[in-house]
Amino acid sequence: MAAVPPKTLARRALIALTVLVVALGGVLAGSIVWSDGQATPKLGLDLKGGTQIILEPRGKAGQTVSAAQLNQARDIIVQRVDSNGVSGAEVTTQGDRNIVVSIPEIPTQAVRDAISKSSQMQFRPVLAVASGVPQPAPSASPSASPSAAASGSATPSASPSAVSSASPAPTSTSNSAVNEALTAASPTPSPTASPSASPSAAASPAPSAKPSGSTAAPNGPTDLAWITPEVQQRFTALNCADPGALDTIEDDPAKPLVTCGVDDGAKYILGPVVVSGDHISDASAGYQTNQQGVPTSRVEIALSFDAEGTKQYADISRTMVALPSPQNQLAATLDSRVIVAPQFNEAIPNGRASITGNFTIESARALADQLKFGALPLSFEEQSSVDISPTLGSEQLRYGLVAGLIGLLLVVGYSLVQYRVLGFVTIASIVVAALLTYLTITVLGWAQNYRLDMAGVTGLIVAIGFTADSFIVYFERVRDELRDGRSLASAVQTAWGRAKRTILIADGVNFLAAIVLYLLASSSVRGFAFTLGLTTLIDILIVFWFTHPVLTLLTRLPFFRDGHPWSGLDPRRLGVTTTRYAGRGRFTSAPPAVREPEGSRA
Amino acid sequence: MSRFSDVGNDLYTGKRSVPVVALRRRFYGVSLVLLVVAALGLAVQGLNLGLEFRGGSEFRVATTSAPADYEQVARDAVGAAEDERGVNVTLVGNGTVRVQTERLDDTASQDVRQSLAKAFGVSEQDVSGTFIGPSWGASVSQQALRALIIFLIGVVVMLSIYFRNWKMAAAALVALVHDLAITVGIYALTGFEITPATMIGFLTVLGYSLYDTVVVFDKVRENTAQAFGSGRMTYAQAANLAVNQTMVRSINTTVIGLLPIAAVLVVGSIFLGPGVLLDLSLVLFVGILVGAYSSIFIATPILVTLRRTDDAVVELGKRAARHQAKVARVPAGTTPGATADADGDPVPVGAPGAGQREEGSTLTGRAVHQYARSGPRNQPKRPPRAKR
Repeated sequence: MAAVPPKTLARRALIALTVLVVALGGVLAGSIVWSDGQATPKLGLDLKGGTQIILEPRGKAGQTVSAAQLNQARDIIVQRVDSNGVSGAEVTTQGDRNIVVSIPEIPTQAVRDAISKSSQMQFRPVLAVASGVPQPAPSASPSASPSAAASGSATPSASPSAVSSASPAPTSTSNSAVNEALTAASPTPSPTASPSASPSAAASPAPSAKPSGSTAAPNGPTDLAWITPEVQQRFTALNCADPGALDTIEDDPAKPLVTCGVDDGAKYILGPVVVSGDHISDASAGYQTNQQGVPTSRVEIALSFDAEGTKQYADISRTMVALPSPQNQLAATLDSRVIVAPQFNEAIPNGRASITGNFTIESARALADQLKFGALPLSFEEQSSVDISPTLGSEQLRYGLVAGLIGLLLVVGYSLVQYRVLGFVTIASIVVAALLTYLTITVLGWAQNYRLDMAGVTGLIVAIGFTADSFIVYFERVRDELRDGRSLASAVQTAWGRAKRTILIADGVNFLAAIVLYLLASSSVRGFAFTLGLTTLIDILIVFWFTHPVLTLLTRLPFFRDGHPWSGLDPRRLGVTTTRYAGRGRFTSAPPAVREPEGSRA
Repeated sequence: MSRFSDVGNDLYTGKRSVPVVALRRRFYGVSLVLLVVAALGLAVQGLNLGLEFRGGSEFRVATTSAPADYEQVARDAVGAAEDERGVNVTLVGNGTVRVQTERLDDTASQDVRQSLAKAFGVSEQDVSGTFIGPSWGASVSQQALRALIIFLIGVVVMLSIYFRNWKMAAAALVALVHDLAITVGIYALTGFEITPATMIGFLTVLGYSLYDTVVVFDKVRENTAQAFGSGRMTYAQAANLAVNQTMVRSINTTVIGLLPIAAVLVVGSIFLGPGVLLDLSLVLFVGILVGAYSSIFIATPILVTLRRTDDAVVELGKRAARHQAKVARVPAGTTPGATADADGDPVPVGAPGAGQREEGSTLTGRAVHQYARSGPRNQPKRPPRAKR
């Protein structure tokens, strides 16, 4: 009989499984030793405690947003969460309309409000610029490109270094943004001796503000009279390196705004809103073309406005182009923060502006996206918010595990009753499956930041039954083949050939359900779909690489081969009533059967 | 156990048989009644939709042991923070008080949390709050519905390819819809709360019901393929045998699938109270039971009904009738008990047993020695080692 191939195959499969388990264990151990991995799965909010807020972004007239806008909205929320000093928060999009914010603590009301406030892009004239931190860090400024940006077609002279060289202040190559700000302040009547090295810019605009600010009401949005002493004081006090610096910002379109740049490390005093962001009709990034229409290596962001925006933009550009720097800069703010503040090189009457500067094509694209989608005034509607206290979460987990353990014991008991010693194969299979699942989930927690939540735990418990079922299908098949009068070794192989297909299609249906659920369901049950799909895959793996090989090898033991009554594969119990040739010159004798006379009937 | 395995053996050989296919009209009737009851329940009682679908706020206070007058305490606490509202206080598990109110705004929620924490003498950490906007439930149901439709389409395609027969896929689908309807009906009649987790549970139940049906159909296909080859059994008989042969497996599967779920259900309802864990396990428990019923008593009969008029099936019926008539004429008739097949013709229930015995003889009826039948090779007879 063909004994060697199945046996060899079985050994190979078991070795493969061992290699897989060891490899997963190795990855896990490695992640713990050399990285920030941990030995237990990462837990979701509902088990660990924390808050989950589900937001739905909406457009102006209540219309829903597109997928690209949703991603943009998520970036907005990420920025807000970061700027509110919330640590360990995760922001993800869910489906095609929701944004899920998961915070591992219960946030204050102020933080909640800050996260879900409406987003609005605005254009405001720059009144003053300074370094955002009292002590400009050398590393902060090379990214100062936005403030160095210039509009108009030919702007070779707009480079920041040219401006900064004119500055009387001590120049260091690294903080060009600050230098520019200083230069901006200097045209004002009072040439204050800038206090040499220390906290720099903050001091210098002050004198300029006083003369006008105290006398008359501001005349037009670019008037420096907007810088009242109170505004100046806020500006001086502002430290953009502090993540919570802008928590209390008040953004009134009709008033000046003291704020920070998103990533240029500068702080600004901005005049009132001159153009609202929703007048932007398009923004795109690309390489500038010269007069011959040949693309150059210079990156530009092309910006266009709708009819009303064009008019407003033309007006403000005519006014501002004549002003000294930095008052000729027009800042675009998103969520009250300056994302870019280019200066005008010429009036722009046709509503088609081109921003050039020190961009890479990637940074230009990102900026163009921000301009384009940021232009859309989004409001965020709170769909659901769940606070889980850590006490409740850990209690849920504990009882979930208890339930799982009881379920497992029940399954173990039942399979022992049904399949006797063969039941141990089921148990061993489930144990190996559990080990694989544990390793996979823990490794995924490290590699993919997968978090196990309550729904996931439920999925795991339910999966015990599903996994055990594939063994039942298989064992019942083996019994069927035994009843047909096969020897055990051949029954196992034949049954495997047939059970394999059944298990595959059944698991296939299960997997399909898991995928559909995972892709389409809401986040509260995504964890369930995930663990269901994962355990289905592991189930297939275990049946192919563990249960079948183990059974193949076991059936060679005399205990099973000879059909011990406790083996669960006793032919007599299965109603096999004829004497059969059992190979190697042996027969399995059975009690005299009713069929015998008929069989020898002549 | 031995008796159970005897039943299994008899079911396998066909010695004992549940005439599922023959009595299919009766099962259809039972299901029809169940469906009507479910529909009535749905129409009269309606579904008890959870907070997620209505919109509102929910607070859970984890106390070590809730005071006896927890309800009054909770009402006072909420009343202190807010005026009278549709407040619903329940005790879940041992020490968790659940307070449901209508939708509160953020500030009010914070107030209620604080006053609840104070009233029950726990830290604010132990009070969890949930707020659900009114449109959330609608979007969840919409997602679930879309998932359902896509899943059904996927399943039909997958099964049609696997079974290469759309009628099998159709029968599986009918069983599926049957399960879904009855499960929903049970929810309507019992007034169990429906949450988003329940909706997902419905979808999982569909997967499970299909899984069950697929296993049975796999056997049906195998048996009927054999029957088409040998012409010894009608399609209905082969299908009925398949149902009986997989019955032990169906029972084992259902029990093993239900055991862990039952554990979750019991632990969840005693210690945890309503939540994802309990909602999911409840719907799975109900659904798996219904699914097991339909995979045995509904799916296969429907398949037989659907294929009743297929040319090949009708042809097979004629061949089988001829063959069985011939077998019946043989004096050593092997009919341990007779029943009527689907079309009322008397046939031996033990058809496969008969088939097996047929292997003992050649076509001409000459008997073959029994040892030559069963072993892989025809070995000379030797006494067993023990007797040598």
